[in-house]
Amino acid sequence: MAETAVELSNVTKRFGEIVAVDDINLRIKDGEFFSLLGPSGCGKTTTLRMIAGLETASEGGILIHDKPMRQTPPFKRPVNTVFQNYALFPHMTIEKNVAFGLEMSGVPKEQIGPRVEEALAMVRLPDMAKRRPRQLSGGQQQRIALARALVNRPEVLLLDEPLGALDLKLRKAMQLELKALQAQVGITFIYVTHDQEEALTMSDRIAVMDAGRVLQVGTPYEIYEHPTTRFVADFIGETNFLEGEVIDVLGALITVLVDSEVHVQATSDGHVQPGQAVTVVIRPEKFNLEAEGMVKGKVKEVIYIGTDTRYIVQLSARTEVVIREQNIDPSRMGQVREGGEIGVAWNPAHALVLTE
Amino acid sequence: MSREVRNQRERTFLRVLLAPTLFWLIVFFMLPLLVILVYSFLTKKIPVGISLPLNLGNYVRFADLLYIQIFWRSFVIATLTTAICLLMGYPIAYWMSRQPPRARSTLLLLLMIPFWTNFVVRTYSMKFFLFRQGPLNNLLLGSGLLKEPLTLLFTPTAVVIGLVYGWAVEMVLPLYASMVDLDLSLLEAAQDLYANRFKVFTRVILPLTAPGIAAGSILVFVPSLGAYITPDLLGGSKTAMIGNIIADQFGGAQDWPFGSAISFVLMAIMLVATVLYFRILRREAEMK
Repeated sequence: MAETAVELSNVTKRFGEIVAVDDINLRIKDGEFFSLLGPSGCGKTTTLRMIAGLETASEGGILIHDKPMRQTPPFKRPVNTVFQNYALFPHMTIEKNVAFGLEMSGVPKEQIGPRVEEALAMVRLPDMAKRRPRQLSGGQQQRIALARALVNRPEVLLLDEPLGALDLKLRKAMQLELKALQAQVGITFIYVTHDQEEALTMSDRIAVMDAGRVLQVGTPYEIYEHPTTRFVADFIGETNFLEGEVIDVLGALITVLVDSEVHVQATSDGHVQPGQAVTVVIRPEKFNLEAEGMVKGKVKEVIYIGTDTRYIVQLSARTEVVIREQNIDPSRMGQVREGGEIGVAWNPAHALVLTE
Repeated sequence: MSREVRNQRERTFLRVLLAPTLFWLIVFFMLPLLVILVYSFLTKKIPVGISLPLNLGNYVRFADLLYIQIFWRSFVIATLTTAICLLMGYPIAYWMSRQPPRARSTLLLLLMIPFWTNFVVRTYSMKFFLFRQGPLNNLLLGSGLLKEPLTLLFTPTAVVIGLVYGWAVEMVLPLYASMVDLDLSLLEAAQDLYANRFKVFTRVILPLTAPGIAAGSILVFVPSLGAYITPDLLGGSKTAMIGNIIADQFGGAQDWPFGSAISFVLMAIMLVATVLYFRILRREAEMK
């Protein structure tokens, strides 16, 4: 059982009238890559800043390795931050930037040089020592910011959308690099992002936040396959929502009548009763297009996007679903035509009933 | 249109745009300066004016202890004034720069309003303020802080007070400008990297506001060193500064060549001081 690196209990942060973070509880394990994911203004950055000590919680407590942090100023906390805009000191060379934390914490001079060198080598920029931050590209500055934080060997590394300013290709490369780096150094990473794909790619666990609350905490698999709220299902990946009424409950197997005519079979993790209004969540890739199928629909649109084809199928007057199929079998292409009838099937285990 | 033709046109256009400025600089600045330079090598004509021969006598006259003393006094007063303006202005500028944007513009306005009053008028008001029976002494005596009134007027202290009052805004504005652009995340980054408040100040805030310190110091030091009205009104005869000596030479003493020579020495000192100051600041910033 891994130890707890950071624990937040009933943490609330108010800015005047505004509640930025609303009574959240989190337990982040040692050595974990943990992401705070949510839209802008959901409180994820404020949460990170409270862990760093740059904001003080209005209520609740924060523990880092079981030590309460309430009275600890940021410069005494065993954490380091990679800031969104990197915040490299423009008046110092790269070397001095990276050495800053070591100098401040009183590491002996003869150890600073080698450690800075090692950190620059780790981010694969060993030749930049004498340059100034403004002489580096965005991606390079990002790595220096990482080196400047990691050189201090913090107990926890906090990253505030560190890849936000990079272009897509560089961002994808850096995601994998960061993940590999985290595995290499073994330090707990707390990573703030609004990019669900980024969070899924890198994280061991994700906390999805909205409006100052933590909605769900889980592995990428759990978050994607078993969202517990409509918001989480909607925010992570693409989803079909089918609203209807429970008409049959058979153990975990639920039948929902959608739009008074479509019978949708689904499963529920919790208790539902006949007559209850629910939402069924089905991911586009969980559908199969078959001649017979469980329900019939009319193909409204066929969109070819290279790896996949997307179909928009009308199940009833007011119900449309997006269906996604991988283009594995080229002979299948062209069989499903716009305007034609088609059967749609799915495994009920992949159709989730949400009562919220 | 080829690139060369366009470049040619742009250059002509630039010349036309620059012409008035250049004309102004040459006719009203460079030429008079040249005249003064020539004067400084000429001889005084009795009773008034200038004459040949060319000589270095006016510069040699500085060797006199009297003038060296006055130069030294001017230098000390100007340095003190600059230091006080910096020490007072820095926290004010910092505090102002941390206010919400709306409050900042109001504060800037409030800071500048007193300085729209004529400098001479303000210096006169300071004379009244520092009087033995003036408001400052009344306040100090009334509050029981002092038993005897302070003799401030016609002392070097009065000159420093007058100069600080006169030029403080010139210090605050460039400081404020360098602070308002200060990226707050840099201060947070420093704290995050184990720097306490003092270290954040010395290692991040101070070097990043060094350009403001340099600009403000020059803007206060230069006019303080050449001050004329302030020592004249507040310093009395015993606290004469270089500016007063120069004015004397062009006025009462009617020794234009000597006055010109002093002006040039003063300019040289200011130039050297400015260059040195910038050098030191830059080296400091680079060493950090």
